[in-house]
Amino acid sequence: MNLNFVWLALGEALSPTTAAYALATIGLVVHFGFTGLLNFGQAGFMAVGGYAFAITTLKLDWPAPFAFLATIAAATLFALILGIPTLRLRADYLAIVTIAAAEIIRLSVKTAELTEITGGATGLNGAGRVFNELNPIPEGRYGFGVLTYTADQLWLRVFGWALVLLACLIVYLLIRSPWGRVIKGIREDEDAVRSLGKNVFAYKMQALIFGGILGGLAGALFILPRSLQPDNYGTQLTFFLYTIMLLGGATTVFGPVIGSMIFWVVLSLSDGLLSLGINSGILPLTTTQQGPIRFIIVGVALALLVVFRPQGLLGNKKEVFFNA
Amino acid sequence: MPKTPVADLIAGPVAPGVKKRNPIIVVDGVSRRFGGLTAVDVEHVEIPANAITALIGPNGAGKTTFFNLLTGFDQPNSGSWTFQGRDIGGVPAYRVARRGMVRTFQLTKALGLMTVMDNMLLGATKQPGENMLRALFRPTWRGREDEIREKAVDLLTRFKLDAKADDYAASLSGGQRKLLEMARALMSSPDLVMLDEPMAGVNPALTQSLLGHILDLKEQGMTVLFVEHDMHVVREIADWVIVMAEGRVVAEGAPDTVMSDPAVVDAYLGAHHDTDLGTLSGQLEVAKDMESDLVRHDLEEEAVADGR
Ligand SMILES: Nc1ncnc2c1ncn2[C@@H]1O[C@H](COP(=O)(O)OP(=O)(O)OP(=O)(O)O)[C@@H](O)[C@H]1O
Ligand SMILES: [Mg+2]
Repeated sequence: MNLNFVWLALGEALSPTTAAYALATIGLVVHFGFTGLLNFGQAGFMAVGGYAFAITTLKLDWPAPFAFLATIAAATLFALILGIPTLRLRADYLAIVTIAAAEIIRLSVKTAELTEITGGATGLNGAGRVFNELNPIPEGRYGFGVLTYTADQLWLRVFGWALVLLACLIVYLLIRSPWGRVIKGIREDEDAVRSLGKNVFAYKMQALIFGGILGGLAGALFILPRSLQPDNYGTQLTFFLYTIMLLGGATTVFGPVIGSMIFWVVLSLSDGLLSLGINSGILPLTTTQQGPIRFIIVGVALALLVVFRPQGLLGNKKEVFFNA
Repeated sequence: MPKTPVADLIAGPVAPGVKKRNPIIVVDGVSRRFGGLTAVDVEHVEIPANAITALIGPNGAGKTTFFNLLTGFDQPNSGSWTFQGRDIGGVPAYRVARRGMVRTFQLTKALGLMTVMDNMLLGATKQPGENMLRALFRPTWRGREDEIREKAVDLLTRFKLDAKADDYAASLSGGQRKLLEMARALMSSPDLVMLDEPMAGVNPALTQSLLGHILDLKEQGMTVLFVEHDMHVVREIADWVIVMAEGRVVAEGAPDTVMSDPAVVDAYLGAHHDTDLGTLSGQLEVAKDMESDLVRHDLEEEAVADGR
């Protein structure tokens, strides 16, 4: 029996995609977990970041470091556009506006008029090549067995996880600071915090921008190993991020990392196990049913988790602020 | 702390809207309507500085709405008001608080998912670590954090909450939350403290010490404006009483005389008329509530005349 799929599944834990999902989820934790902002459009932030990176590198020939700055600027602008009209209103308005804005981005980049810049429905390919120009790792093969990587693949993993750890560190410092205290107060009762002399709108804006930048950078990271496809940024992506967040713990710093790893390893493992079962005739399924069934498994696991451990794997039960 | 003599507070004959010698708040023509209902319609009122003023009135009189307007939590349909001589109409709530006018809420807003200590620290001002960039560099705010923590411990001890400092505020009782909210408001050393029913739900023994704290605030030079339904409390600590009914200021006066003002009698009886007051005994009940000898006298006479 070929058990390579187990190794491949474990390799998923450190893949750049896992890092990108972790980074985007850290942004979501800043929004939802710590500030109480209902952002249902994190996929939109990822799309904005991904397009900013791809367009500046591929169409404007910017080197990768500047493209990352452009990513940050674009995500900031997107956060301002969403936040200025909604953050003074009740929390649900932000939810509606973010979900709509993410869809608007996904659909409008596909229009014929923008194809020159955005690549239309086929998207943009090749941003990863520009990024690899920065690769300091010498040519060669690294790793063992099925987990052997080229220098570029290794560089991408090192860079991606360094970015995730840096984000974790910043969030960790912020949350334990007086700034984090204000943010957590806002999550629970804005008026109480306002009555103590804090500019609630400004704090919510800062949190929206910061979490949005993490989402934008995650979007850039996400397209480095693959081409940019507009349909990768549907609402489904946002809900995967919510899944990861609840899995790891919505009010934790490292929850998104653990959550993202488990999410991808389980998806990949169940894929391997299902094909093993199907190929050997144990499971009465077809290979086309295999994909959806993986997500059913994830969905059931999430439902059980929210019922039995609403604080997530790493969370503190006393800080759970949503009622499952 | 002795009561401030009435003569030192007012500059004119006792009447609704009377000028004060040293007002901290001056309100002019403030009105707030909710649809067809006029919740607040105050022509002119002044709150005396460095004194304890009680704002009383029947349920629905507009006291909380008036608080919300003054503190920037709600916007009036018209009117203006000043705090320490500066116009603060239209100023956002957080700026009002920063200027030294801090309020508590009738429905307590303790932050239950944070510890009691964190609730307190949140009330402090001038913490540079509340700036996002500075927050990342602990040495820039650690000194201030130690200072405010010391102050918080001090206040918590005074309010008998020091043993609870590390508990989540959600685990406090209703009365303890009231205390926490009041202590938290004091973290910023405000000039004016506005308390919306601070004694509601606090047991009698604690009420006494809470009254002591409020008197202390005055001694420290602060001004207190509080909403209260319990006339014993009002009599005990208030230097001055303002009575609201149906959105308007109907009377003002010293605590031991204001309840006999016919306008006040009207306000309370009027407010009870359409509800529980079918009977004379019900009215007597209200009179007892108000401790108004005048009303009781009137009603008793009426009862005698009716031959009951
Ligand atoms: N947001 C609102 N929308 C509509 N009506 C309101 C609103 N807030 C208050 N009111 C109305 O305004 C009037 C005054 O309410 P307010 O809460 O100020 O009374 P109060 O004097 O504080 O009473 P209590 O002693 O019961 O607390 C009431 O008739 C109330 O129904
Ligand atoms: Mg009220």
